[in-house]
Amino acid sequence: MTSLILRTAARYLFPLILLFSIYVLFRGHNDPGGGFVGGLAAASAYVLYALAFDVKAARGLLRVDSARLTAWGLLLALLSGLAGLAAGRPFLTARWGKWTITETWIVKAGTPLLFDVGVYLVVLGVTVTILFALAEGEDEAS
Amino acid sequence: MTELMLAIAIGVLYASGLYLMMRRSIARFIIGLALLSHGANLLIFTAGGLSGGRAPIIPEGSDAPAGLIADPLPQALILTAIVISFALLAFALVLLLRTHQETETDDMEKLRSTDA
Amino acid sequence: MNALPALPILLPLLTGIVCILMRGNLPAQRMASIAGCLLQLVVAVVLMVRVGGGTLIVAQMGDWAAPYGITLVVDVLSAIMLVMSGLLGLLSAVYGLVTMDERRERHYYHAFFQILLMGVNGSFLTGDLFNLYVWFEVMLMASFVLLALGGERPQLEGAIKYVALNFLASALFLAAVGILYGLTGTLNMADLALVLRGSEDPGLITTVSMLFLVAFGIKAAIFPLFFWLPASYHTPPAPVSAIFAGLLTKVGVYALLRMFTLVFTPDTFTLQLILMLAAFTMVTGVLGAAAQMNFRRLLAFHIISQIGYMIMGLGLFTQTAIAAAIFYMVHNIIAKTNLFLIAGIVSHKTGIHDLKQMGGLFKAQPLFSVGFLIAAMALAGLPPLSGFFGKWSLAQSGFAVERYAVTAIALGVGLLTLFSMTKIWNEAFWKPRPADSPLPATPWTWTTRERIALMGPVALLAACSVALGLGAGWALDLCGTAATQLLNPAAYLEAVLPGGARP
Repeated sequence: MTSLILRTAARYLFPLILLFSIYVLFRGHNDPGGGFVGGLAAASAYVLYALAFDVKAARGLLRVDSARLTAWGLLLALLSGLAGLAAGRPFLTARWGKWTITETWIVKAGTPLLFDVGVYLVVLGVTVTILFALAEGEDEAS
Repeated sequence: MTELMLAIAIGVLYASGLYLMMRRSIARFIIGLALLSHGANLLIFTAGGLSGGRAPIIPEGSDAPAGLIADPLPQALILTAIVISFALLAFALVLLLRTHQETETDDMEKLRSTDA
Repeated sequence: MNALPALPILLPLLTGIVCILMRGNLPAQRMASIAGCLLQLVVAVVLMVRVGGGTLIVAQMGDWAAPYGITLVVDVLSAIMLVMSGLLGLLSAVYGLVTMDERRERHYYHAFFQILLMGVNGSFLTGDLFNLYVWFEVMLMASFVLLALGGERPQLEGAIKYVALNFLASALFLAAVGILYGLTGTLNMADLALVLRGSEDPGLITTVSMLFLVAFGIKAAIFPLFFWLPASYHTPPAPVSAIFAGLLTKVGVYALLRMFTLVFTPDTFTLQLILMLAAFTMVTGVLGAAAQMNFRRLLAFHIISQIGYMIMGLGLFTQTAIAAAIFYMVHNIIAKTNLFLIAGIVSHKTGIHDLKQMGGLFKAQPLFSVGFLIAAMALAGLPPLSGFFGKWSLAQSGFAVERYAVTAIALGVGLLTLFSMTKIWNEAFWKPRPADSPLPATPWTWTTRERIALMGPVALLAACSVALGLGAGWALDLCGTAATQLLNPAAYLEAVLPGGARP
């Protein structure tokens, strides 16, 4: 499939969708959003790119192997759960920290965020793996 | 009224899902499975109770959500179930594609070599 | 508060992650897989020792108290099943060292194997109905991949049927969960037990329980929902089909045991139905097996027939009957896995599955044949092996509640099982080698690696069968404790929901 319009649009949309996916990921902390939706949005960016160009190019853009990405995501989620255990609480117990950098700039972060980032990576990795495998199977068949 | 509409929708989803699953074509079977899992999701949604309330998010600076809120649990269950059925469906489709490449048939009746 | 109850879930997850990250390094993956399984077994044994006396271990995940959070509960039944899954995981991983081909290993065989164990362990641990659904799906996803991995034609055909029927079971399970939530407003099993015991509409609850019976019945392969099993279980590589045969259907039986003791209190109608299903399951399984000449397919039909015995224990619904069912489950996991491993060795060494083409194995491989004989006779229920005591105590409790018909059927099916096992023995081991057989006439040559990785698990499982037979009194006592806990869930409810009712 070679469509000049799609190719040009994909090139501009790709970074925008990725940026949006990260916004959705962080927004999920207090509002609708989160790692799952964010991961799906990010995966859709790569799939759009694969549609406009080809799977190989999209894989190259991902840089890391998608299975490896899934594994790192799982590991992050696992670690975020272990933080609770380390404090002598049950697995997955949330732990929070608060850092005051300046008077008005107070950062509050906790392990659920880490978990969400893990989910983001897992969803991105798994979705991309499945869709790329399907798209490649199609190429072989035709 | 909404519940009645939803109940009818669930019935239609189940009926068409089961009808498709009776076919010999594997592709139709998988579409039937998809409809069936949508029916199940809608069933949870309806059975969980339709309150017509707002999203159960506590506004900043207060301890409890204001006014009538929807039960968040069925939604969480459905989201999980959707994710799972998405993964299962994706796998089933890949499996169908591979089987079709290997056997060049879509007919359940012809896949009997492991039954004999 | 301690981490112990979560470890049987976390260890395989971590091992699986490590296996994915070390994609290129197959020796390291194999070692990681074995080490992970060994640790799981150790954790399971520690849990067993802690709960063996009758105390329960409860962990509220995320520190959210039940019924709002997800609870992990370890009672004696869970601990027994965890030990079995740890043992089987370890032995299958060791066995896979020799029989698993590199192409499958490179496609994340080890990672999916660990994820499968995670799903199985999670199902045994969880005290939350929806969480049980999630663990079932984790287990199913991994089993789908393991079944189809390699992509040979029989595998794909088997996988289509397996996927189709298990997907249907999941949809039913999900619908049942939804309806139950609509009825009660909770999904924590202990909380459900409390709410349902106080319910005024037993008819509706029986209806919902039937949905669960069908959903778990498909997973456990009971009559008439078993057709996917003999179509698929003999197609994947030996270590995979061994762990499928040993563990996966038992997860369905476990779920039935848990649901119909803790959550639902079955009425006479339900028990009658379960007993009838048990009888049909036993008979159809064993008759199906009688017609088979393929080694592994024959064994696959026997899985179905054996599931019938466990369901029968549930249907009799007395303390001794459920204890016997649990004992039977343990015995069956050991014996059945061993038989599948042995069938795998034969096909690994010779490449044939058809019993007609085999012969003379006893003369060529006496020691190996003894391993088969022990597992087969244990399955058929000959004293002093484990199966005898399982059948004996089941029959005893059957007579005690005057269920003569089903007990007679169980004993008759035992005889037919003996016939089936004798058939394998005659065809593959005892009769002289057919002149046109592709089997090598000379004894097989074993490398040291093969001796350890293939014969080690077989010998260990055979020893377990003997030990379980000789120590049947002790094992039945332990299963008795588990059954008592199942039938008197007061301790379970108190442990999960201290103080009883919901706030």
